[in-house]
Amino acid sequence: MNDLAVRLRGTTVSFTWAGALRGARAMLPIVPGAVAFGLVYGFVAGEKGLSVLEIALTSLLVFAGASQFLALELWHHPLPVAGLVMGVLVVNLRHLLMGPALLPWLADLRPAQAYASLYVMTDESWGASVAELRRGGRDAAFLLGAGLTLYGFWVASTVLGRAAGDLSGMIERWGLDYLTTAFFVALLAGFWRSRNDALPWAVAGGVAVAAKAFLPGTWYIVLGAVAGSLLGAWRDVR
Amino acid sequence: MSWTSFLAILAMGAVTYATRAGGFWLARRLEPGPFLRAWLEHLPGAVFAALVAPMVAGAGPVGWLAAGAGFLAMRRTGQFLLAIVTGLAVYLLGQELGLPKG
Repeated sequence: MNDLAVRLRGTTVSFTWAGALRGARAMLPIVPGAVAFGLVYGFVAGEKGLSVLEIALTSLLVFAGASQFLALELWHHPLPVAGLVMGVLVVNLRHLLMGPALLPWLADLRPAQAYASLYVMTDESWGASVAELRRGGRDAAFLLGAGLTLYGFWVASTVLGRAAGDLSGMIERWGLDYLTTAFFVALLAGFWRSRNDALPWAVAGGVAVAAKAFLPGTWYIVLGAVAGSLLGAWRDVR
Repeated sequence: MSWTSFLAILAMGAVTYATRAGGFWLARRLEPGPFLRAWLEHLPGAVFAALVAPMVAGAGPVGWLAAGAGFLAMRRTGQFLLAIVTGLAVYLLGQELGLPKG
């Protein structure tokens, strides 16, 4: 059962430049989508009255597209600080389950390496990292390299976006709004291990789709993932 | 930038990092028994499915076709980039033909 157990079959996890570069390369296909999203964020933020400094600081410290957009919705002076923080927290809840999924890499790193890597973890860099881990990848710097690549493009594009015009028409024209989905579908297709996965996945996906209609933020991902994984664990262990 | 803006951004960054680091922080402190190990084994796939299914479901008929094409391309060729390009191409074609989007 545990072919991926916490020590990756006894081999040690490494943390090298080569691994970081591999992670960076894995992000290149979605850079156009991330940059487009960032440019739009910067533009909308400018319209909402955020200064370049506020945009840069938000991207540097929060670095989470969906929650940054949510914060713009709530950005009226005087700022509803508690509402902003709660909203951002709810949108980012899914991250709580992503860290543990990378335990086979992170648990073997020095704490500074692990916690720095987690600072730049996004859905995309996490997804590619889990795929790399499943392929037997042992270089945990992959996560940091992938994350930092998106971090750089995100910060730059959100700042530039404030000076750019409204690009949403162009983004739709070139299908950039679909690029992230295309990326995740390709990852998912490469992710399949055995029929053993079918039931947990179906439950996770089904619960998530149903819950999305009712729940705020990313509660739907948390709920779906917990339901599917608990079912799988219960079936394996009972 | 006002102090309130600065503090709000700082607080948003802090809670976001807490979600990124918190799961790992907690998980590495647990002594995993058989059930917890099995749960961690299933967690990545389940998070993945819960993330992707609503994304695809919400993309409308154009997105469904594109997702199907991208999925098949990946399964058949194992070429990641080709799968993305295939999905995107089908999406743009469907959009051009005026198929409904999400």
